[in-house]
Amino acid sequence: MGPGAPTPGGRGRRRAAWAAGGLAYLALPLVVDDYWLSVLVVAGITAVAAVGLNLLTGYCGQVSLGHAFFVGAGAYVAAVVGSTAGLPLALWLPAATAVGAALGAATGPFALRFSGHLLAVVTLAVLFAGQHVFRNWTWLTGGGAGRSDLPIASLGPFDLSALVVAGHRLSFDQGYFWLVWAVVVVVVAASANLVRSRMGRAMVAVREDDRVAAVLGIDVARTKVTAFALAGALAALAGALHGSYRQYVGPEEWDLLASIEYLAVVLVGGLGTVGGPVAGALFLGAVPHLVAGVSGALPFVARGAEPGVTVGQLDRLSFGVVIVAFVLAEPRGLVALGHRLRARLAARPRTRPRPGPPAWPPGCHDGGRAGDRQGRLRPSGPARAGGDA
Amino acid sequence: MTELARLVVEGVALGGAYGLVALGFVVIAKATGVVNFAQGTFLALGAYLTYNGAVTWGLWFPLAAALAVAASAGAGAGLERLVVRRLAARPPHAAIMATIGVAVAGDQVITMVWGFDHHPIGDPWGASSLRLGGVSVATVDVAVLAVTVVVVAAGAVFFARSRLGLAMRARAADGELAVACGIPVHAVDALAWALGAGLAALAGVLLAAGTATARPDLGLAALRAFPAVILAGFASVPGALVGGLVVGLVEVLTAGYAPVHAPWLGVNVHQVAPYAVMLVVLWLRPAGLFTASPARRW
Repeated sequence: MGPGAPTPGGRGRRRAAWAAGGLAYLALPLVVDDYWLSVLVVAGITAVAAVGLNLLTGYCGQVSLGHAFFVGAGAYVAAVVGSTAGLPLALWLPAATAVGAALGAATGPFALRFSGHLLAVVTLAVLFAGQHVFRNWTWLTGGGAGRSDLPIASLGPFDLSALVVAGHRLSFDQGYFWLVWAVVVVVVAASANLVRSRMGRAMVAVREDDRVAAVLGIDVARTKVTAFALAGALAALAGALHGSYRQYVGPEEWDLLASIEYLAVVLVGGLGTVGGPVAGALFLGAVPHLVAGVSGALPFVARGAEPGVTVGQLDRLSFGVVIVAFVLAEPRGLVALGHRLRARLAARPRTRPRPGPPAWPPGCHDGGRAGDRQGRLRPSGPARAGGDA
Repeated sequence: MTELARLVVEGVALGGAYGLVALGFVVIAKATGVVNFAQGTFLALGAYLTYNGAVTWGLWFPLAAALAVAASAGAGAGLERLVVRRLAARPPHAAIMATIGVAVAGDQVITMVWGFDHHPIGDPWGASSLRLGGVSVATVDVAVLAVTVVVVAAGAVFFARSRLGLAMRARAADGELAVACGIPVHAVDALAWALGAGLAALAGVLLAAGTATARPDLGLAALRAFPAVILAGFASVPGALVGGLVVGLVEVLTAGYAPVHAPWLGVNVHQVAPYAVMLVVLWLRPAGLFTASPARRW
């Protein structure tokens, strides 16, 4: 049994976890209200894009501030292929993914020349250029007004925005939840496989030191370009889902702040971990709503037209603070935090003694010197009555 | 012709302000190896604090500006002390994300305190103009140029002649050796961040002067200075200024001529043009225009 193989107890726990997850997946839309369901849908879409960015920045070490561009491109492609051309989901979703991959592959060569901060600024240039194109290619993107003719997701005869199950008509959010989170599961599983594969290990080698990787025979150029292409593909996939869910895509939402949000999701969740993007997406997706919920109790928050801080400002402020807090305190993200908590809980002394080896009566094997169970030697002398009870 | 001359003066003045921001980036990057994404926040802070000083409290404008710059410098040093120093041993993306987080939070604090209104900062130049050699130029442009030249000259003297400047150069060249030579590296780092933030704040005052205002999106001007820093190569001080001038000229000339001569480039192409120029230059010379060595790994 290798290091990655589950222990017998662990395999049972894993199966239970999968079963619980499957149950949650099926049942959540039926029990949660539409408000929180929409939060989960958006978090799922963000998670898909974040998985791509995690592969690029977390595993391959290439900083990208341009991720939002690829997400936006995916949404526009969905509009063009799904609505203008009227093709079904089975075509517009892969088309968006393919276009994202192509755009990513086109950006990849920049990473061959620059790294670190320089690469970050170069990808920023790609982002701004992309936003400029979104604003100006009005014939394709609808210009500043954007496009509202995004395709509704429907798989064959099932219109996911208005499913009918056992006579009940389900809501838009419910159908989309199942679609989005199915995609999340597939994408996360695929990424988990990828990081264990040769390409995944090549990416990590490139991240650690790309010159050494080259010496080891890894094709650094191909690895970097592949990482960018994958990030672009997943971003565009998320973008297509986003556009379809929101039924709108416009140029102003794909700005630097959007890219920062994706980076924050990956960072907060755990850079370079499989579960990080999902954890980060859920956490950062929930924070604005928690802030909104709490803000009612805060005195300086404006209600209506009163003077004071708006909820939106408080939300953005807490976003910035959360980023700094995580960078300083837990740079390896929520996943590492989870591991730490679990380790703490496992190491805590139990209240009831574990059944262990039988207690040897004092003086049995140690030549008359009494030693208690912890192995501390007591001063030699007559064995006390009762030994170490 | 006079239109071109006016645009050139405007572009050079804008470039001067960008050059100051870029210089701030470079000072910080040379000393601590961090790209300070929060420069935009310091820039906006400089403008808004000057508004407070000159307009709200009625101080003499240069005094208000000086106080604003000093306060921003203090904030920069504080940021270094509290955040950046702890991230010294981490990979580059940690510092990038930390300064980005500070920028996001800082921009929000600015709008929380000063609101979303546009405030004129009470400078003495306003919308007046001068006639220089038959060309009518805005007084504020001339003033910005003058301030930039003075600051750059003072900076050059400081770095070349003073002990502190020498210490900073030593720190930038080789941090460990500087420590070994007894240079108080922590103090030097704090000073570098104070200078960087102060330069950004000064640029903010200059950009908000004249017919412009202190407004929430002023901080985005720092993003437009990025191409300036990179065009020049991250570690070059004169390069930062030349890069700033190039960016300023490109932006103003594009804004002036593109809508007429090349409308197919799109609306507001002048905002993207510096980045496009940067990409082209980087493709040809990855190290930027001012460094002879191959691209340094940042």
